[in-house]
Amino acid sequence: MKPKHLSLLVLTLLVVAAPFFFPSGFYYRIGALIFINAIAVTGLVILIGYAGQISLGHAGFAGIGAYACALAPEHLGLPPVAAILLGTALSAALAWLVGKPILRLHGYYLGVATLGLGILISMVLSNEAQWTGGPDGIAVPDLGLRGLLRDLGWRIGAGELWYGLAGTVMILGAWLALNLFDSPTGRALRALHGSEVAARTMGIDVARHKLHAFVVSAVYASVSGSLLALMNRLITPDVAGFMHSVQMVTMAVLGGVGSVLGAIFGATILTALPQLLTVFHQYEHMVLGLVMILVMIFLPDGLLPSLMKRLRGRDGE
Amino acid sequence: MADLLQFLMSGLTVGAVYALLALGFTIIFNASGVVNFAQGEFVMLGGMGTAFAIAAGLPVPLAALLAILGTAAVGVALNRLAIAPARGAPVVSLIIITIGAAIFLQGAAGLLFDKQIHRYPGFSGEAPLRLAGATLLPQSLWVMAGAALTFAALWLFFTRTLTGKAVLATANNPLAASLVGINTKAIMALSFGLSAAIGAVAGVLVTPITMTAYNTGVALALSGFAAAMLGGLGNPLGALAGGLLLGVLEALTAGYVSSQYKDAVSFILIILVLALMPQGLLGRKTTDRV
Amino acid sequence: MSALLEIDGLGIAFGGITAVDDVSFAVRAGEIVSVIGPNGAGKTTLFNMISGLYRPSQGKVRLEGAEITAMEPHLLARRGLSRTFQNLQVFGEMTLLENVMVGHHLREKAGVLSDLLGLPASRQKTRASAESALALLARVGLEKAAYRAARTMSYGALKRLEIARALALAPKILLLDEPAAGCNAVETEEIDRLIAEIARAGVAILLVEHDMKLVMKISAHLVVLDHGRKIAEGAPAEVARDPQVIAAYLGQHGQEQVLHAEG
Ligand SMILES: Nc1ncnc2c1ncn2[C@@H]1O[C@H](COP(=O)(O)OP(=O)(O)O)[C@@H](O)[C@H]1O
Ligand SMILES: [Mg+2]
Repeated sequence: MKPKHLSLLVLTLLVVAAPFFFPSGFYYRIGALIFINAIAVTGLVILIGYAGQISLGHAGFAGIGAYACALAPEHLGLPPVAAILLGTALSAALAWLVGKPILRLHGYYLGVATLGLGILISMVLSNEAQWTGGPDGIAVPDLGLRGLLRDLGWRIGAGELWYGLAGTVMILGAWLALNLFDSPTGRALRALHGSEVAARTMGIDVARHKLHAFVVSAVYASVSGSLLALMNRLITPDVAGFMHSVQMVTMAVLGGVGSVLGAIFGATILTALPQLLTVFHQYEHMVLGLVMILVMIFLPDGLLPSLMKRLRGRDGE
Repeated sequence: MADLLQFLMSGLTVGAVYALLALGFTIIFNASGVVNFAQGEFVMLGGMGTAFAIAAGLPVPLAALLAILGTAAVGVALNRLAIAPARGAPVVSLIIITIGAAIFLQGAAGLLFDKQIHRYPGFSGEAPLRLAGATLLPQSLWVMAGAALTFAALWLFFTRTLTGKAVLATANNPLAASLVGINTKAIMALSFGLSAAIGAVAGVLVTPITMTAYNTGVALALSGFAAAMLGGLGNPLGALAGGLLLGVLEALTAGYVSSQYKDAVSFILIILVLALMPQGLLGRKTTDRV
Repeated sequence: MSALLEIDGLGIAFGGITAVDDVSFAVRAGEIVSVIGPNGAGKTTLFNMISGLYRPSQGKVRLEGAEITAMEPHLLARRGLSRTFQNLQVFGEMTLLENVMVGHHLREKAGVLSDLLGLPASRQKTRASAESALALLARVGLEKAAYRAARTMSYGALKRLEIARALALAPKILLLDEPAAGCNAVETEEIDRLIAEIARAGVAILLVEHDMKLVMKISAHLVVLDHGRKIAEGAPAEVARDPQVIAAYLGQHGQEQVLHAEG
């Protein structure tokens, strides 16, 4: 079996099997939250892991996706599903527009530019209170799926529904990212990550490919934000904030930003921990910061790839 | 006209703080090639440290000194524990490390101090001075004078002392510096300590005007970086020029356009500068070697 | 028009220091031209200008009669110009096979959406690139290591990998920057054989190489650089007799070999 299919199989089995071990219904919500974060983090695998381009502002796109679901139904009369699509279209358009100038930057400069982009988006969301409700946030309409299912005669709890829905979208996202890895575009991205000069001389339009990676990862973040808003029925500008961007990056690098499964693993740990250990909440910043530093120093490939290497023994070399 | 003067003065005050931040970036960048995203935390620590020391009953000068020394120690520890072990790591890893340090310091400050907003009275009272129709807080003069003094002291340090020259030599060519017997590890520690102390000085001086809280560091780092880049990363004079310019532009935006969006100025400037003249106002053009 | 690649008065300065100054010569289709000169003479800089990585401050480059000065490297690749690097530029985390497949990039484009969805068009192109990349790896003797990550391979192997990757573009002209530098005797011989074979297949080669025996044997034409200027040009035997060349180049080259031996 190809590694791609193995990864997808493992992922699907885990999503399906996990509920059998849930001590209470509360865990469906944690699971859904994990999947929602994992979607955004999978996008970062494409941007950071494949293409080697940092973003410290991707929460901004999650914010756009989230607020599209809050605002479009009320102001444009769109159904929430269409609002998700509108959000992704807006995120993609913004990523494309802003990506053009800033993706010419390298390293630190790109980090700062994306950081600024994220801060700018969250600033708009907090400041334009007449639209967005300001820092206190805004209510989000119901997706309507549960009602639809009930009319069809299938009664399902909100937790279970979101677990299934977010899990499905996450697996879909992982499938797309894994397809990309082993495709012409994926190789071009990984090539420009390895050596931008060599990639250019091999005929790769580096600017264009970076832009593609940026737009695709923005779409992932946007979908993640939309689902978060629709699940919680309330959204605040924090969804677009710097801390959320940092959380995404930390999840990705903790698990292993080069691998989709690894990044999802990272999302699982960093989402579940604060939910399960309430003491954790007080130390969340410190733990996040420490994780970022320690992983980069001691496990630069991330937890999962390092574990796999350990398990497989020496044959990686 | 009075408006303009008012904006200029508040712009120069904030600009002096940005200039100090940018100077801190510059020193660390020149010494280690690292852009330190935790630079803003030094300013926060300087302000919070002073506020808490004053609240604990210490006289202001002692409180400030304590905060500056404590922050310098944090800077040295940052280098020792997080930057030095990651020598040679890719830039993306170093970005994540210094962001991690920023978040960690922010969380630590939230626990060690608290999550409230703090300030303390200006050093020469709070009665505003009048100047051609504009008002000026005496503390603004403290900020500008403090920044000017810091820049002058550093200039003397780098041009007149042996240690300062060793730092410059290390920045130019670490290998050659270590060959002539300069202890580059000590230089690195010194640069981080110095840079953190400069950040803390900015925090000590400006907190009576802007107030401070555990989570103010990141936005400050962004502005400081914008200032450093505007002047050309790695150039101390560029840091000064970039800082003042950014401060004034922000104040003018706040005054004439929208005070809510003054922070957007940094970001938009970053994009413009990087897109139009990546080497900054005072930087030199270089070609990446292949 | 008979020349494939024409270099016309090319020059560049870095921060006021001239690295290459007014260099002109031409390469005809299917011909091997070598650029020689001591370290720091400007050979790599010349390559970087021709391949679009550096913007020359003076002069022109023409390929098949069309001006290509300072053109984006990925557009030059489309026109059939390919190169290797003196300081290895391999994609370390990718397998050897994938490294060479990247060289097929221009022929395997299927679009991002198709690639994300894994549509048959994308998969078919990946299969085709893999097949032809495997054949190229076999040509440079690396097919057994096809599925190993490039960063795990020896220096000599990576030098050959770069040649295979450059050939994947199916270039009309190939720029080789010290392809045998740092290789042992066996590897050097292997690379010599490879260069001759590539030339026989009709690909023009612009070569920078310090191995004088090789250069004298295979080049149709030599260009000698010193301090960024062309000091001699002509058939190998002619150039070897040029007193200026002997003074400027061979003397220093002796020292350089000492340095190489120490490093
Ligand atoms: N990007 C650059 N910036 C500044 N100087 C450069 C750059 N690239 C090359 N040089 C200078 O140009 C000169 C020629 O170098 P190079 O072309 O590498 O020589 P060669 O390949 O012949 O050994 C050297 O003095 C080198 O330092
Ligand atoms: Mg060279």
